[in-house]
Amino acid sequence: MRDVDAAPELDEAEVGRIFREESGRSVAALIRVFGDIDVAEDAVQEAFAVALRKWPGDGLPPNPGGWITTTARHRAIDRLRRESRGRELLSEVAVLSPGNDDPGTSEEVGPVQDDRLGLIFTCCHPALSTEAQVALTLRLLGGLSTKEVARSFLVAEPTMARRLVRAKRKIKAARIPYRVPEDHELPGRLRPVLAVLYLVYNAGLSSPAEPGLCSEAIRLARILATLMPDEPEVAGLLALLLLTESRRSSRTGPDGSLVLLGEQDRTRWDRALIEEGQAIVRRCLRRNQPGAYQVQAAINAVHADAPAVEQTDWPQIVALYDQLLAVAPTPVVALNRAIAIGEVQGPAAALALVDELDLDNYHPFHATRADLLRRLGRHREAAAAYERAAAMAPTEMTPQPSRPRIGARRWGSKAWWRYRPGT
Amino acid sequence: MTQYLLSVHSVEGEVGDPMTDEEMQQSWKQIQVLNEELKSAGAWVFGGALHEPDTATVVRVSEGDVLTTDGPFAESKEHLGGFYIIEAEDLDAALAWASKTAAVVRKPIEVRPFRDAEA
Repeated sequence: MRDVDAAPELDEAEVGRIFREESGRSVAALIRVFGDIDVAEDAVQEAFAVALRKWPGDGLPPNPGGWITTTARHRAIDRLRRESRGRELLSEVAVLSPGNDDPGTSEEVGPVQDDRLGLIFTCCHPALSTEAQVALTLRLLGGLSTKEVARSFLVAEPTMARRLVRAKRKIKAARIPYRVPEDHELPGRLRPVLAVLYLVYNAGLSSPAEPGLCSEAIRLARILATLMPDEPEVAGLLALLLLTESRRSSRTGPDGSLVLLGEQDRTRWDRALIEEGQAIVRRCLRRNQPGAYQVQAAINAVHADAPAVEQTDWPQIVALYDQLLAVAPTPVVALNRAIAIGEVQGPAAALALVDELDLDNYHPFHATRADLLRRLGRHREAAAAYERAAAMAPTEMTPQPSRPRIGARRWGSKAWWRYRPGT
Repeated sequence: MTQYLLSVHSVEGEVGDPMTDEEMQQSWKQIQVLNEELKSAGAWVFGGALHEPDTATVVRVSEGDVLTTDGPFAESKEHLGGFYIIEAEDLDAALAWASKTAAVVRKPIEVRPFRDAEA
């Protein structure tokens, strides 16, 4: 008989949540052992079915991650023994891991090797498209189902399934390795990893229906920061995500419209996330190896310090943008720098800088021009610029109801200043 | 170990400035050095440069008849200028050889894995 009373209450959703949290590590460990993504995924999926059966009655095992890995490993071996191709694979596995010829015997006890770091570099290998990198990372490390990954990126499930199959086939056929790159390769290899996590976060940010992506990106960034404590840009990305996350709930109004930074209710900002993010930024500053993510995090840290938009330390923000422009010389960075300069030197100085930028297809460019022109009293030009901005704005960013208010209060408010992650 | 095809792609009309004799010599020498490096690393399987695509002949077999046509299979501006077949531990190793090759031949290199013989 099961002793139900002694076991903590575990329903299916809870098992699912724990499983998702732990599965990335197990998938990564099994890929290392078997050298095959499909074998690893199927086995972890089978272990999930076992967990759903057992955990609600037996209670959570003391080390759920270890339990999943061990169970999945046994399942994989059982399955492979039944197939002739599998028996070949098993003999290869035995050859590959001398001293541990049955990969099923080693129990997961205590701290185990974390294979997720190697796997994230496989998922984000530059030989894969960005779309494939994102999909693989969410599927294999995030433990999202294909359906969830598809929904996150507004892609039909069969399309996403094909994308994943193709990416996995390429990894296998072209032999994309499962390993952490050597130091000399790291700069080029870390870049896509950070970009993928940032992209996942921003996908969650821009579609309020998928807030799970934001926490998933932060979770993966935390793992990466733990596994690579010496990489300043990893810390910078984590800080940037935490600081952006601190404002997430206040960046949309009750009607779902976007609330600009200057208009947000700052009492709703999450202080715990801010403190964590700022502490990381301070460590980055001490380390003094600046990079684009660290500087963006620092800019956000300065904003987080201001109890009201009027109290923002704009000169410091301008200085940080100068630094950001040096490491990431893009027109969008230049636009944001010009806006900050407008807060220090006035709208005329900002407009002169903005008008030099080639950003005609970028709606914040027109919105920025509109605001600066309005502040300069050039109302007719301002109205034209508002119209252009409104016509180009993606729907989820358009204030609701959009048309009547354009050029009126919201878009015309003093500080059209908005930190734009991902651009 | 996996075998990879490193193919050198040329685009017609995109030759840039014609090389001087001296540059040709230089380039040829660099390719020799690369080939020696591939061989001493045990990565070399085969490699060579091809004549222009208009020297190609295509053979098709249709219902037992052999049809031979003059010229390359695909009438395109891009064509295969030459290739290497190398053996490498994984894609990273193959991409490292491809980078060296691209630097020497100054053309884009496509890296494609061969299927396993038994598969």
